[in-house]
Amino acid sequence: MAHTVPTKQMTTSEMGLAIVAAVFALFALVVAAKAHTPEYAFHAAIFAIAAGASVFAIANRYFDRPAMLPPQEIDGRPNYNMGPVKFATLASLFWGIAGFTVGLVIALQLAWPALNLGLPWTSFGRLRPLHTSAVIFAFGGNVLLATSFYVVQRTSRVRLAGDLAPWFVVLGYNLFIVVAGTGYVLGITQGKEYAEPEWYADLFLTVVWVVYLLVFLATLMKRKEPHIYVANWFYLAFIVTIAVLHLGNNATVPVSVFSPKSYIVWAGVQDAMVQWWYGHNAVGFFLTAGFLAIMYYFIPKRANRPVYSYRLSIIHFWALIFLYIWAGPHHLHYTALPDWAQTLGMTFSVMLWMPSWGGMINGLMTLSGAWDKLRTDPVLRMMVVSVAFYGMSTFEGPLMSVKAVNSLSHYTDWTIGHVHSGALGWVGYVSFGAIYCLVPWLWNRREMYSLRLVNWHFWISTLGIVLYISAMWVSGILQGLMWRAYTALGFLEYSFIETVEAMHPFYVIRALGGLLFLAGALIMVVNVWRTIAGAGEAASEPAAIPALVPAE
Amino acid sequence: MNETYRMLAEFAQTWGLLYFVAIFAGVLVYALAPSRRDRFDAAARLPLQED
Repeated sequence: MAHTVPTKQMTTSEMGLAIVAAVFALFALVVAAKAHTPEYAFHAAIFAIAAGASVFAIANRYFDRPAMLPPQEIDGRPNYNMGPVKFATLASLFWGIAGFTVGLVIALQLAWPALNLGLPWTSFGRLRPLHTSAVIFAFGGNVLLATSFYVVQRTSRVRLAGDLAPWFVVLGYNLFIVVAGTGYVLGITQGKEYAEPEWYADLFLTVVWVVYLLVFLATLMKRKEPHIYVANWFYLAFIVTIAVLHLGNNATVPVSVFSPKSYIVWAGVQDAMVQWWYGHNAVGFFLTAGFLAIMYYFIPKRANRPVYSYRLSIIHFWALIFLYIWAGPHHLHYTALPDWAQTLGMTFSVMLWMPSWGGMINGLMTLSGAWDKLRTDPVLRMMVVSVAFYGMSTFEGPLMSVKAVNSLSHYTDWTIGHVHSGALGWVGYVSFGAIYCLVPWLWNRREMYSLRLVNWHFWISTLGIVLYISAMWVSGILQGLMWRAYTALGFLEYSFIETVEAMHPFYVIRALGGLLFLAGALIMVVNVWRTIAGAGEAASEPAAIPALVPAE
Repeated sequence: MNETYRMLAEFAQTWGLLYFVAIFAGVLVYALAPSRRDRFDAAARLPLQED
């Protein structure tokens, strides 16, 4: 039977995106030329280069690809799109190492201020947002992109929606990270914690994020499974809520299209309230809901057991998302925020205990009947310890949100310790566990190159976390108690600098903890690199095929 | 200001409470209804079914 060979044609999206990128590149060039500050001109130039490069990449891909786009299914099985997942996985490793390193640098700066080097670009004030954004948004964000695109495909049993869109999401998100990070070092910031990037970076992220939501939704809509697996519910809550938070907290008016500076529309305490509504829900929906989604897919998968209670997962999902959104005011205890709003934030934070622990119980109990795997599988151990850390920090959080406790803990290192038990223990470990699962799956390897190295990673970084959080607990409570100590005559007993001196040893211990955590992550990078390179696979190949003996 | 606060507080303490309780009750009914047991058991096995 004669059939016509399909003629190769540019798709509408290839053509459209190339034109949009070309126009945007020209626009960015004009902005770069007329920019008010050299730093802003640099950012406009980055955008121009990136847009120009994407025109080139789209054209190049068009010339290289066959006439037909990749099919949705091959031999009746979904033809999963894992390219963007692979990219985001590797990007997460890169940003993880960068973020942990900057964290170590600023920890050392706190212990030895001379390490600020007397330069504006290396001062603590600029590197600190670089650290927080690199670990939360660059490392954590890429882990969430990679796992969400993986999980939604596998649990829906369809190829990721869109052709260029998933690549736009992954590459665009990483471009945003580059612009945000270089901006902090060059001094471009709007001074809102975890929302430091200025208006133009925020606008670009909004576009990327909306495309992310559309890709995720479109994939869910064409799913072959009747039920939407619970992990996808958590991912969806994370994507939708982050979009809403981002828009609310970045409602700014730029001075000019040629200036990086903008002014927020909210004023005074309302601005503070919007900021912490955003800030706490970045914790609740980025660092909690998103990573709970990872827990709900990767722990059952690795343990090869269904989640302990699917019903509990539904109940704690709805309870978690309805309560979290109200907890923000606990960041503003004893401030100009009305007292009732502070009490409201505290009450909802305490109520959050229940749904949080619902998730923890569900994650841990998934192992019931398979606890022996903890001894033999360091990857599973990492993820289970992460859930234990989740339980611990979601116990500590509500405690610290109680006003009486907060009067001691607020503005002290206790907060830093709390954040890091959540960030290193929960977010870090569940991400590492997911990466250790994903890398062999994505690159078609049987297992990681070395489980012994995973074991080393686990123990070295666990020691690091313990040093970190215990140093910060002691230092924070010490600091808080010294601040509130009065003499018999009613004067403050300690000057501020005395409290700083007292904390020095704990800052050194904290930096050591950070060094160990970084060392563990470097072991992981080596392990991933060896796995992708295929080391250890060929040697074990013959053993994988047992010789068959005919039965006689 | 005081009037606005009183109004909002009254609304939150009555309708807000009812709304939360109603939604939570709805979720409990949805999640725990015996008729959905099989569906949820199957959903829990979703990640384990290799393709």
